Amino acid sequence: MHFLFKTRYEQDIALFKHGGQRFWYAALAVALLAAPWLLSEYTLSQITFIGIYAIVCLGLMLLAGFTGQVSLGHAGFLAMGAYTEAYLQANGWPFVISLPLAALVAGITGVMIGLPALRVKGLYLSIATLAFGFILEQAVVSTEAITGGNAGMQLGKLVIAGIDFDDGSNFYYLVTFIAVLCVLGVVNLLRSPTGRAFVAIRDSEVSAQSMGINLAHYKTVAFALSAALAGIAGALYAHKIRFITPDQFGFLQSIELLMMVVIGGLGSIQGAIFGPAFWFVVQQLIVTGKDWLPEALGQQTGLQPTIFGIILVAIVLFEPLGLYGRWLKFRTFLEIFPFYRKGMFRRQKSYMKSERMK
Amino acid sequence: MTTPLLEAVNLSVHFGGLKAVNDVSFDVWPNEVFSLIGPNGAGKTTIFNLISALYRPTAGEVRFEGEVISRMPPHVVARHGIARTFQNIELFEHATVLQNLLVGRHCHRHTGWWQDLLFTGSVRRAELEFRRQVEEVIEFLDLQHYRDSMVAGLPYGVRKVVELARALAMRPRLLLLDEPSSGLNTEETEDMGFWIEDIKEDLGITVVMVEHDMSLVSRVSDRVLALNLGEVLTLGTPEEVQAHPGVIEAYLGGTADV
Ligand SMILES: Nc1ncnc2c1ncn2[C@@H]1O[C@H](COP(=O)(O)OP(=O)(O)O)[C@@H](O)[C@H]1O
Ligand SMILES: [Mg+2]
Repeated sequence: MHFLFKTRYEQDIALFKHGGQRFWYAALAVALLAAPWLLSEYTLSQITFIGIYAIVCLGLMLLAGFTGQVSLGHAGFLAMGAYTEAYLQANGWPFVISLPLAALVAGITGVMIGLPALRVKGLYLSIATLAFGFILEQAVVSTEAITGGNAGMQLGKLVIAGIDFDDGSNFYYLVTFIAVLCVLGVVNLLRSPTGRAFVAIRDSEVSAQSMGINLAHYKTVAFALSAALAGIAGALYAHKIRFITPDQFGFLQSIELLMMVVIGGLGSIQGAIFGPAFWFVVQQLIVTGKDWLPEALGQQTGLQPTIFGIILVAIVLFEPLGLYGRWLKFRTFLEIFPFYRKGMFRRQKSYMKSERMK
Repeated sequence: MTTPLLEAVNLSVHFGGLKAVNDVSFDVWPNEVFSLIGPNGAGKTTIFNLISALYRPTAGEVRFEGEVISRMPPHVVARHGIARTFQNIELFEHATVLQNLLVGRHCHRHTGWWQDLLFTGSVRRAELEFRRQVEEVIEFLDLQHYRDSMVAGLPYGVRKVVELARALAMRPRLLLLDEPSSGLNTEETEDMGFWIEDIKEDLGITVVMVEHDMSLVSRVSDRVLALNLGEVLTLGTPEEVQAHPGVIEAYLGGTADV
């Protein structure tokens, strides 16, 4: 176990808390750089997808996991990003400008969808965002002149500074680079006053206000940033798929995104990456495992949603902190072996108000 | 000083037919400890909620340094230098003690979210300065041991102190304490008494406190306002108020929970 002897306040705001962390993140960086040489084209493509989904999940984590505003309409923001990118590219805009614009358009949509959050909370907010998600999907269908409606929209070749980014490994590098920037941005937010204001709003709105936090302002910022991240992911998604239709951004997509975040572990940045990674791995396992199952089971249509549903229920019941929480426990177990005891992570049950009576 | 720090002027709030606070007026002067007492349901917490603008008065107003604050949004009132604690403890449960206290510095931030996103030099400098200021509070209230603990795992007595610390981290000019000793054992209550004295003497912060423990009230208060059923019974020194026949009757006749 690491016992950190802190000698300077800087240590608490440093990106890496100790040398070990720096080592592992450096190792991860090397692995990410080397991946195109080590992995098959198919695997690399799956990892690219994980990167894209990690960006959306990061945004959703910021909103649901850190600010406590659950959104069931995130696929709508993904659509805004994807269609903005497709439209701008078709009109000859370069990627370095169209990507930020995709983020901006999605961010502005986020501000609008966040408006109900200033009035309603919890379940009612979720339903409001759900409705907005449907409206956005319909809007895409009906603005046929721009989006091609149900017929969909084809994206052109992605070329930046003369380099072909439709190529698998180039596109992988692009996605990884952008994902890393997004992670850094969110980490920065969370170690500064804005992130603390988000957490304060999540945990107690009354006392957040009484500490001088403007609820309306920070909820709006949270929605805007979350949607902007989804917009970035949407633009990358459009290039990855190369052909976008409204039904890719429906209600089910929103639900899946939320499930990824919950499975990864609400309230942790790592969870936003673990979630989609786990999702794709399990999906792969299901596809491969299908052939091994008895036909009656393997060929069932609802197999995949059922399995994910069961996993979700199990996580909510047994590991509310998600995969990241599980990983933390496992790591502690290794570090302090053999001193780990069951229940070490259990929080004290709610306090007794009548301690005085004892 | 000729103007009071805080003035409640003919303050009333009605919930449906219930007059929770009815035509209450009082002044709080700089650097005093002013206590509100009264049986349960007397309207003490409601008065706090009126001061911090969580409730809007049905009639009357609250002034802070002569300025009407009862029509401002709560976060603006906080920025004027009014901090508070809650009767049922409202901490940020899934954050560390340190993070809770740093939220206390929120009013004093100058950077915007776009700067935070990039963690610019000014954000870094401000963070280090906030940290230094928060450490002073941690030292003042002896919380060094709990600095990195999650609030969700702390015992009740410690939470109470953390909430006080978070309010102090705001460096307020007026501190509202809602039942600071409730749920504490005798020893912890003793400490709380010392701290309130130090907050007044050393930090020069004016304190308005709701409290049931009469020995704590007598020990630290300069003046006491007794309430019953939303109305003022009497105002005076702790001794005067305790000897007042109406107060004795309110406690004995009503819900005796002192
Ligand atoms: N938001 C509210 N809605 C309705 N009634 C309220 C509300 N807040 C307080 N009250 C009522 O006002 C009265 C005074 O409550 P309170 O100020 O909490 O009393 P206390 O003096 O014990 O702190 C109580 O009867 C309470 O039920
Ligand atoms: Mg009360």
